[in-house]
Amino acid sequence: MSVKRFLDPDQILPAGPWALPAAKERTVKSTGTQLPSHPSKKLTTPLYVKSVCQHYGFSKLFLLQALIRIQLRFGWVSPLAVRELSCQLKITGGEVRSIIDFYSFLSAEFQGQYQILLSNNITDTFLGQSDIFQQLCYLLKTPDGALREDSLVSVTMTSCTGLCDQGPAALINGHPIVNLTSERIKQIAILIESRASFNQWPQDWFLVSDNIREPGALLDRTVSPGQALSQVIKHSKESFLDELQTSSLRGRGGAGFSTFLKFSGVIQQNSKRSKYVICNADEGEPGTFKDRVLLQRHCQQVFEGMTIAGWALGAHKGIVYLRAEYAWLFKFLQDQLQTRRAQGWLGHNAKNLAGFSFDISIHLGAGAYICGEETALIESLEGKRGVPRIRPPFPAQSGYLGFPTLLNNVESFACITEIALTSGQKFAAIGTEHSKGTKLHSVSGDCKYPGIYELPWGVSIAEVLERCGAEDALAVQIGGPSGACIPRDHFDRCIAFEDVPTGGSFMVIGHSRSLIDVVTNFTDFFAHESCGFCTPCRVGCKQLDLFTARLKQRRIHAHELAKIKSLGELMINSSHCGLGKTAALPLLQLMESYPKLIEDSCIPATELLLEPECH
Amino acid sequence: MSLLDIDERLVDLADWIEFDRSPLTDIKHCGSCDVGLIEGGLSNQENLHVLQEFRQQCKIVVAVGACAINGGIPAMRNNHSLADCLRESYLTAPGTVNPQIPDDPEIPKLLSKVHPIQDAIKVDYFLPGCPPSADTIWYFLTELLAGREPLIQGSALRYD
Amino acid sequence: MTQSSNKITIDGRAVCFQPGQTIMEAATEASVYIPHLCHHPDYPPHGSCKVCTVKVDGRYLASCSEKAVDGMEVQNNCKDLKDLRRSITQLLFVDGNHYCPSCERSGNCQLQAIGYALEMQENHYTQLFPTRKVDASHPDIILDPDRCILCGLCVRASEAEGKNLFKIGGRGQNSYLSVCSDSGLLGDSSISVNDKAAQICPVGAILIRGEGFHIPIGERLYDHQQITSVGNCRPRYNHSTSNLTERKKREGPEHSKPINLTTGKHTNGK
Repeated sequence: MSVKRFLDPDQILPAGPWALPAAKERTVKSTGTQLPSHPSKKLTTPLYVKSVCQHYGFSKLFLLQALIRIQLRFGWVSPLAVRELSCQLKITGGEVRSIIDFYSFLSAEFQGQYQILLSNNITDTFLGQSDIFQQLCYLLKTPDGALREDSLVSVTMTSCTGLCDQGPAALINGHPIVNLTSERIKQIAILIESRASFNQWPQDWFLVSDNIREPGALLDRTVSPGQALSQVIKHSKESFLDELQTSSLRGRGGAGFSTFLKFSGVIQQNSKRSKYVICNADEGEPGTFKDRVLLQRHCQQVFEGMTIAGWALGAHKGIVYLRAEYAWLFKFLQDQLQTRRAQGWLGHNAKNLAGFSFDISIHLGAGAYICGEETALIESLEGKRGVPRIRPPFPAQSGYLGFPTLLNNVESFACITEIALTSGQKFAAIGTEHSKGTKLHSVSGDCKYPGIYELPWGVSIAEVLERCGAEDALAVQIGGPSGACIPRDHFDRCIAFEDVPTGGSFMVIGHSRSLIDVVTNFTDFFAHESCGFCTPCRVGCKQLDLFTARLKQRRIHAHELAKIKSLGELMINSSHCGLGKTAALPLLQLMESYPKLIEDSCIPATELLLEPECH
Repeated sequence: MSLLDIDERLVDLADWIEFDRSPLTDIKHCGSCDVGLIEGGLSNQENLHVLQEFRQQCKIVVAVGACAINGGIPAMRNNHSLADCLRESYLTAPGTVNPQIPDDPEIPKLLSKVHPIQDAIKVDYFLPGCPPSADTIWYFLTELLAGREPLIQGSALRYD
Repeated sequence: MTQSSNKITIDGRAVCFQPGQTIMEAATEASVYIPHLCHHPDYPPHGSCKVCTVKVDGRYLASCSEKAVDGMEVQNNCKDLKDLRRSITQLLFVDGNHYCPSCERSGNCQLQAIGYALEMQENHYTQLFPTRKVDASHPDIILDPDRCILCGLCVRASEAEGKNLFKIGGRGQNSYLSVCSDSGLLGDSSISVNDKAAQICPVGAILIRGEGFHIPIGERLYDHQQITSVGNCRPRYNHSTSNLTERKKREGPEHSKPINLTTGKHTNGK
């Protein structure tokens, strides 16, 4: 019992640099099938691991949660931690490592007392991220960013951190630092060299702005706990579902599936079975940060929506799957949940819920874009690698632990609250025929006013560009890398499910940018994030990545274009999930919209594609 | 060498074609040709030069055999760093006398990895097998000469 | 079968199915061969290799994981699918180090056999040359992870036997077959040659020592027969003992016995 004090479940991020692992710990080698002798009490790792396991009831289901806490506590999952985990959870070290190797934010090697992760989104690149990287490496004397010899620091790239409106951005031991400049880098290097604890750093560096530029129905409203709930539970569940149907709300994560149909799917299941409500806060699509802002500013609206869903479906448990990049929001969100509980709007037999019990917990992701896919997210929640399941069955039939599960995006839950507060009709009065309501756009890239714009569905691209002060856009990437690249002569097109759909990413590509650089960044992203389950995506993404790398160096042959085009089509046709089906789109769209650009990158067939690199 | 296995058919072949650079002719540089048959993967710089010359001079380039097609057995060295391979071969292997890594400028520099030839150039046809059988070579060449698209199939298609 | 009104067509041929069956299962019962690598009739569908992709209403579906629906019109044999499956096979070839001339599974390898059946002449894509370590820590079994196609058959086979010997680990291009032992080595796991998991590998990734050349190269299953007609069968040995020397003495292959053409299972003489 005494070990319990090691784990404060709300303290997710370290207050200071991670401790240098003891030489002994670093050299621990597994000893085969022999179970390890009980590790020395002096080392905190096994005790901490044990306390984490205890916190999670020694359940394998929480393996990922345990791992990410160990990672955030120590800066790595050491062999000693793996050993202790495998003892406590009665699984093998091989199984633990197979999970660690899946998630970018878990590491089996120490990443330094300070681990700097630079956001690698194209908008960060536009803002000079590669210079920042060079400068950091130079000042910290860590060539290529690899772990410095004294294990003080490492600098690596990570997929979009959802801070594109204030980039270049970095996460240092999980703490977000935005608007990186050459000056700030110098100060960071000094602080790191002096091994300063994070509370000695200028605190305003860690402030993440909302940048809400244009609020609409959702963002104008402040909802106090129970404000919408108290209204809906006065009426029948059926009447709420009617409102939901009238609203024609479509999921805000990108796919745009009818939210009412998702609810119906869960309701149709055996009423006696447990049900789950899951909020997808794994906002991984590069260039999207509207869920971050919703959680920062309007999380009660989100929690309210989840509770309403729980009430309407008869679910008693809600889970927020929060991406690891947003771990800095964890404590704040926990406090907000506690407020709801204190006020009687959440928890077992909460006093205002009229006999209905519903509680929400927050699970952390660990750096895997694929976990935004609903079934991969559920796998990850179950403590496994985030590999998408075979569908059907859909989560509504068999989701978390095989139970009927409603899974929606953060913004969708906020919309549910809005519908409960007003009416389905009022909600549907805005927007277009097939896209009702407003949409939050995360605007970033080459524009004067990056940030959040809540606009009715159906707004033209040109209008958004005007509002955000983008005067010389060459193209706009809408919906992130898996969305569409709209060239300037199509800026009159509308953002709506009937024309250009979106999950909320709006990246402005200025006229001086190289579209080949943009596509290379996206293709590289997909290759990095492919889960590796199916052949077309696992190998296809890598092939595209190798090709775009050569395209960037202007080292391709014209005859390769047909090959790449057919590979792209193969990936669209036969991949297991949406990632593989969209990974080739940036390149295919580039080839189709800008053939001249590609032609100019080809070398004559008599020249060699291969660099004669020798020993 | 597998080409020689087509035996007396070689004489028939000689009626239709003219050998340019080949192991039979000792011509050092490939002239303008219709068909270039390449065997072996790309292991060193000289291989690259020869390959480029073939691509410049030949209308049709054919990758003959497993090594040209996927790097084959020599590509198994890609599992190790080149330095390790050289060390093992010339310095530490049992039975090594007067160990030293050869560095005569006459010896072509090894590439850090062995590559299939289509990593460097466009290849028009492939003749798989290790080696392709004489019959397969004969079939392939006669089809090509007849202006048809040679496709190796059935029991003629072998990767080993 | 007669009471079932559930019918699909495969290339125009009517095929009955039981509700809940996949297209692959229905096809197998009707002796229609659909190329596949990660599918095995004894285990739940995986749907990862995508070699079994078929076309239904212009859509491409993995037949091993897609449930048959009454009235479905399935296309299995067309140029379009052959090209697609060949490309997928080529992707599998470049993903690993598949040098047939050096592999003892050559001639009994399903990946190779699928390549033959799809008339694959070359690898087409850029070879990735992975560099994972061979695991030779076990006295009877070898694991060459660079030949693994991540079909997950060994994972499912060992789960079915309650042994949980393997898992797929890592992500994307760095996915790998993970051995469930503390060291991650086969020698520290509880695998034995009698385990299905040790025998089921469709390629040359998991090999049983000492039996690779029982049948000489050139006389093996796919050396003279197409996988389309003999199915996914490899001669299996009855590992009544894990003693290597005794096994070496044992009689040769069983593949002379008639084989169910589509499942690759021995029909035991009938």
